[in-house]
Amino acid sequence: MVQKLEQVETQTKKEEYLLEVKGLKKYFDVTEGLFKKERQYLRAVDNIDFFVRQGETLGIVGESGCGKSTTGNLIMQLLDKTEGEIIFEGVDLSKLKGEALRKKRAEIQMIFQDPFSSLNPRMRVFDIIAEPLKTHGVAKGKELENQVYELMDVVGLDRSYARRYPHEFSGGQRQRIGIARAIALKPKLIICDEPVSALDVSIQSQILNLMSKLQKEFQLTYIFIAHGLPAVKHISDRVAVMYLGKIVEITTKEKLFDQPLHPYTEGLLAAVPIPDPTLRDQKHRIIIEGDMPSPANPPSGCRFHTRCPYAQDKCRSEEPSLIEEKPDHFVACHFPLEKGHGVLIEK
Amino acid sequence: MTEALLEVKDLKTYFHTENGVVPSVDGVSFSIKKGETIAVVGESGSGKSVTSLSIMGLVGSPGKIVDGKILFEGKDLTTISNRDMRKLRGNEIAMIFQEPLTSLNPLFTVGNQISESIKLHQKASKEEAKVKSIEMLRKVGIPRPEKVYSSYPHMLSGGMRQRVMIAMALSCNPKLLIADEPTTALDVTIQAQILQLMRNLIHENDTSIMLITHDLGVVAEMVDTVIVMYAGQVVEYTDVYTIFKEPKHPYTKGLLDSTPKIHELKDELQSIEGTVPAPGTITKGCRFQTRCPLATSKCFSEEPELKEIRPNHQVRCWLHEEGEVAI
Ligand SMILES: Nc1ncnc2c1ncn2[C@@H]1O[C@H](COP(=O)(O)OP(=O)(O)OP(=O)(O)O)[C@@H](O)[C@H]1O
Ligand SMILES: Nc1ncnc2c1ncn2[C@@H]1O[C@H](COP(=O)(O)OP(=O)(O)O)[C@@H](O)[C@H]1O
Ligand code: SF4
Ligand code: SF4
Ligand SMILES: [Mg+2]
Ligand SMILES: [Mg+2]
Repeated sequence: MVQKLEQVETQTKKEEYLLEVKGLKKYFDVTEGLFKKERQYLRAVDNIDFFVRQGETLGIVGESGCGKSTTGNLIMQLLDKTEGEIIFEGVDLSKLKGEALRKKRAEIQMIFQDPFSSLNPRMRVFDIIAEPLKTHGVAKGKELENQVYELMDVVGLDRSYARRYPHEFSGGQRQRIGIARAIALKPKLIICDEPVSALDVSIQSQILNLMSKLQKEFQLTYIFIAHGLPAVKHISDRVAVMYLGKIVEITTKEKLFDQPLHPYTEGLLAAVPIPDPTLRDQKHRIIIEGDMPSPANPPSGCRFHTRCPYAQDKCRSEEPSLIEEKPDHFVACHFPLEKGHGVLIEK
Repeated sequence: MTEALLEVKDLKTYFHTENGVVPSVDGVSFSIKKGETIAVVGESGSGKSVTSLSIMGLVGSPGKIVDGKILFEGKDLTTISNRDMRKLRGNEIAMIFQEPLTSLNPLFTVGNQISESIKLHQKASKEEAKVKSIEMLRKVGIPRPEKVYSSYPHMLSGGMRQRVMIAMALSCNPKLLIADEPTTALDVTIQAQILQLMRNLIHENDTSIMLITHDLGVVAEMVDTVIVMYAGQVVEYTDVYTIFKEPKHPYTKGLLDSTPKIHELKDELQSIEGTVPAPGTITKGCRFQTRCPLATSKCFSEEPELKEIRPNHQVRCWLHEEGEVAI
């Protein structure tokens, strides 16, 4: 049996991914009271698998609290995982130590939602951008100065701002500072956690366009976390949908937005208002009722069964696993939709 | 044509701060008919919230309405007594805010707060108020309303709290509901529930709604009329179909072009360069001059007026001075 499996693997010759996540779990201990015998766990991320190809953007969407940021923070090594593997360029990050780990880590960077809280308020813009270059000993003196100014040019910050502090900037400009800092070490992967959610739409588009430009220029790979689906659709190549700590669907954005297979994805898409008043009465309105249950006490079987309009008995007892229902289209549902309603409209 | 329920005429609300006068709302005029839903859109800082607070009589010091009229069924709200204003507020005009947690008192149960408001405005007895409160909670789609009645705000999810706020706002059958970013802090699934609820209310009660939002998707799905604000002024004002199909102000066009479209196969995002100027910093010419791709020399020296370029379509831009042009 074991031999057979190995044979299959060598036969199909597995594709090399930049990042591969296998069976990843993060359980937070939320036991109340010191002497409780039984510990209580909140399953923020509960056994997820996915991969990211070199040069692509993987979007991660889902309702607040479904585990998007926790996933990003685990990959970034900001949190310790409970279980699973995070394989970056073929190497399990948890097996690395010391200098090797430090080097690999520098190749993964992060951009946050609120650049204000992630930028040191007492440091000047120049020093904020220079810091990673200095700590990794990439440049110093005149060369350091050149590199910082070049980074400022690249992200569209006027060089004359170098001596200012973060609070003197607008939200969009602060996000540019965060991006300059994130790309300073020429990383391969950037995890973007809601990078435009706090910005006005005109500023959002400035930042999204900048991110696309940088991706081409520096061959960057992005994981783009957001709950704003239009922005995710705009920037992503593939999209993963999360619900209560699980990935329920993952595929190319065309397939996901045109013909979702998972009932939750269908409902999520239907919930997004379309900016065209002539379509307001034609829209297929599916409203997902109720709230997302707590990840400390998730429903049995399929976690979506309490809100799913298509739920059947099997859904309440058996948990569906993520399977490749169609080529490059993975879904975790006992009864995947045959004609799921997407949102794409050909004009 | 139906008569206006609310008419705002040349409203100016200024803040007198240490650093000088901030003209947050600077000559805003519009009107809302009975049963009409109107959206106020624009980037943050454009004066949307200050406009709605002015109507509610809730602008606090150092802010002050310095000029203009706010006519509600013909009565000027800028001149009536505080006592009359309080009577109107919560009764004929109600408001819901972006973050319901800050507008619900954490120390009292949900039921306590709704029934207080019902008792105050409808002279109901304690028992009657309770029955009515539970009925309202059920009406806004809250499961097990008896239980929620005795819950404290922090025990509820964001979507539930927003429903409670709506139940409270609607408990007195207001003629006008002002909703300032009512769904911005919510997940899209919950937003869809709340918008559906608001749609039903419009149908059932003929309530007029002033919806403040920066989400053009919400605008397209919900409203009849759109007001676009920029730097304290109305720059474009027309029906929702025209705004999306034929925007005439470069700012409106910029907003539409920079919005990612979930329904289109391919969308290239344009963007508006730069950021909104702080109120009062542009003293000469058009306030959009620093970001406008179509600006001419006149735009830097003279300020355009809001002008009717065709019936029910007003635009503040020099391009249409001698008749409407395509942009
Ligand atoms: N340090 C922690 N201790 C306990 N629970 C936590 C901790 N961090 C996150 N959680 C919980 O884990 C779950 C997932 O959180 P996470 O921040 O990943 O959500 P998210 O999908 O990023 O949501 P949002 O869209 O609101 O940012 C939530 O229920 C959250 O409350
Ligand atoms: N209490 C205040 N003191 C001084 N300026 C204020 C105050 N409240 C609002 N403003 C200013 O008025 C302008 C408009 O604000 P607001 O109406 O809240 O904008 P928005 O369109 O985002 O709702 C902003 O520039 C804001 O800084
Ligand atoms: S498994 Fe059942 S409950 Fe879960 S999404 Fe599929 S149909 Fe719905
Ligand atoms: S008046 Fe001039 S600057 Fe202002 S919006 Fe029109 S073209 Fe642009
Ligand atoms: Mg998050
Ligand atoms: Mg506001």
